[in-house]
Amino acid sequence: MDAQYIVGIDLGTTNSALAYSEAAAEEGGPISVHSIPQLVNANEVADRTLLPSFLYIPGSLDFPKDAIVLPWDSEPQFVIGELARKRGAESPARLIASAKSWLSNAAVDRTTAILPWQTPEEIPKISPLQASSQYLQYLRTVWDVGDHNQSALAEQEVLLTVPASFDEEARELTRRAAEHAGLPAVTLLEEPQAAFYAWLETQGERWRERIKVGDLVLVCDVGGGTTDFSLIAVSEHNGELELKRVAVGEHILLGGDNMDLALARVLQQKLEAAGHRIDTWQLHALWHQCRIAKEKLFNDEESQKQPITLLGKGTKLIGGTISTELMRDDLDRILLEGFFPRVASDEAPAKQRRVGFQELGLPYAADPAITKHLARFLSQQVKNSPELEDIRRGPSGLACPTHVLFNGGVMKAAMLRRRVVDVLNGWLSEEGFETLGNNEVLDAPDLEHAVARGAAYYGRARRGRGVRIRSGAARTYYIGIESAMPAVPGLEAPLKALCVVPFGMEEGTEAQIPAREFGLVVGQPAEFRFLSSTVRKQDAIGSLLEDWGDEIEELGPLEVTLKLDGQEGKVLPVRLETRITELGTLEVWCVSRDGAQRWKLELNIREKSERMRA
Amino acid sequence: MTGLGKRISCAFRSFFSILIDGEISAEILRELGISSAPRSSTTAAAVSPARAAEKPAAESCDRAVQMLALLQRDGRLIDFLSENVTRYPDAQLGAAVRMIHDSCSQVLDRYVKLQPVIASEEDQPVTVPAGFDPACIKLIGNVTGAPPMRGVLRHRGWRIQEVKLPALPEGSGRSVVAPAEVEIS
Repeated sequence: MDAQYIVGIDLGTTNSALAYSEAAAEEGGPISVHSIPQLVNANEVADRTLLPSFLYIPGSLDFPKDAIVLPWDSEPQFVIGELARKRGAESPARLIASAKSWLSNAAVDRTTAILPWQTPEEIPKISPLQASSQYLQYLRTVWDVGDHNQSALAEQEVLLTVPASFDEEARELTRRAAEHAGLPAVTLLEEPQAAFYAWLETQGERWRERIKVGDLVLVCDVGGGTTDFSLIAVSEHNGELELKRVAVGEHILLGGDNMDLALARVLQQKLEAAGHRIDTWQLHALWHQCRIAKEKLFNDEESQKQPITLLGKGTKLIGGTISTELMRDDLDRILLEGFFPRVASDEAPAKQRRVGFQELGLPYAADPAITKHLARFLSQQVKNSPELEDIRRGPSGLACPTHVLFNGGVMKAAMLRRRVVDVLNGWLSEEGFETLGNNEVLDAPDLEHAVARGAAYYGRARRGRGVRIRSGAARTYYIGIESAMPAVPGLEAPLKALCVVPFGMEEGTEAQIPAREFGLVVGQPAEFRFLSSTVRKQDAIGSLLEDWGDEIEELGPLEVTLKLDGQEGKVLPVRLETRITELGTLEVWCVSRDGAQRWKLELNIREKSERMRA
Repeated sequence: MTGLGKRISCAFRSFFSILIDGEISAEILRELGISSAPRSSTTAAAVSPARAAEKPAAESCDRAVQMLALLQRDGRLIDFLSENVTRYPDAQLGAAVRMIHDSCSQVLDRYVKLQPVIASEEDQPVTVPAGFDPACIKLIGNVTGAPPMRGVLRHRGWRIQEVKLPALPEGSGRSVVAPAEVEIS
């Protein structure tokens, strides 16, 4: 059965999302984010646009009877989503988080039941593969019980995003997880590409003003728990935009959570120096408060501090209240200098710890400086790329991107984006390239759902003609041909419309009107009438229309005298060829029967709005 | 109107039915096209309002408990109100109250939609229309004359626009505002 919808699924480390579009929708059609009903508290199911990628394995002691009932499952085996995250904070031994990072961790067997990691035996375990499958199955169930004209998700065209750093095995495991979840035929799309397509969606037709074939885009994706860098080269294939991922960094386990924890630790030290005792629960509350205060400081660049209050535990609410403040200095010192310091392009991040014995677990990054990881990516890891010739590099061998695209929740903060651009520009000037201005910094507004939206957009584009590198004509154009009819007094000879430019014909292409000759008036002034339609998008080039109601409107006529020596007022048989130049000018060439003479009619068809902007 | 033959048959059967059983059998009533519900329904109707009254009364108590539970779970309002705050300095009290204010107003936003009864600025003149509902508008001061009357709005009032409470918990959960917390090490 042909798919009715195109669905993009972002299976994130911290949050997952689902976006979709109707398969039959036209290029500008809407892409919607699907709401995901989930347990947010005991007895409470609410809609959210994100599904936190947390899985809680409830035991008999966790919830009262019937407290975790879902509309489609009265006795679920696992709790997934916001309630899982909340309850997991209270009872961590039964929580599975970051299953995706485990899926790419080659040091463990990802198909055996090892999660939750290193917890008592009595807690049932599942494998990272199973956990990922559970999230996909949840999303599939949410879709199937939603109102989609009875079309099951398994029958739609589903695109699932994976980090570019996932190796072949991790990708294969992702496909298997989808299969186990009842989605046998998913297409995998890399996240940086999906982020780029999400940016394209927000630009509409204007994207061509900012990106050209040959550009090199650095995708900088810093999320809650992970940082990923990749380089994408913009190229074309058969006139279609093609994004080639030419370099990818490691999947770095470093992100927004580290930053919040760093702030919380510093404030904890401040409070303990003032004589308060902070236990693990209060540290947790401090962590949460720091995140909120940090966001307030990011959003209001004028304010210098934010109050942080920890309420007392138990019923001694006011009695146990502890107050402190998050100062902007703390933010600058810890976040900017700690995580995004200005570094030279040859600085490498500190190696993994040198202690002989280490705990087994997820390979968290040893050096929190994200800019150092970026420097290493651009200088070292790029060298291993098989597409080295496509990467613009400076004299020292550093890859030098022409644009940067931000993705991930952490990059919502303008202050952090500016710092990354500053650091990059420092390196670019050293290598002798132009720095990045505002035009070269690409940011999509909806960073939390961008990857899912981008996947749906890409799925829809490749079904059609893909994202075309060159703009296509936004209307169908016709020229008026006077019919050959006996003269009738008082009645003008009816006009036929000959389609010379079909809708979507690209700039820089030509076409011939097949198998037809028309009479061209030469040697005397003649009116050439042009018409266009925004409604008739299916007319093929060369079709001659007689009756069009109000679907076609006439543009102003062109009065021209086409010269031919010795011939005045003659009607010569000609064939027609049309061409749209790269500047958006329509040229209608009239070629005489013997091919010896050619006359040209010109019309500028670039949309008015573009002309006014220039 | 039922046919003559049928009427005669029913008349005879009713005679014996009343004489012997003391009632007209439901079958006869059906044949005549008379609904037999009325008498039994009056008794049933008497029983069900009582039960229905019981159910809303019980349910509305549970909902009241639920509202307190939500304000406690997300805003710690009950902890706050139960504590003796007389000996704490204003600064400490103020810092805590800001947080409780923030979280409790989020609870209201999420589960209950409130709107003012009169959507005008306070301390500005308003007109009380004729036929106003005294449950919605309370008159104070020189309360004489007949509406419509001019006065000054002193309080906008609060009215419920929508109540969106989640499902009630089962059994004993209905009388719990906040469960006790025990940390196991």
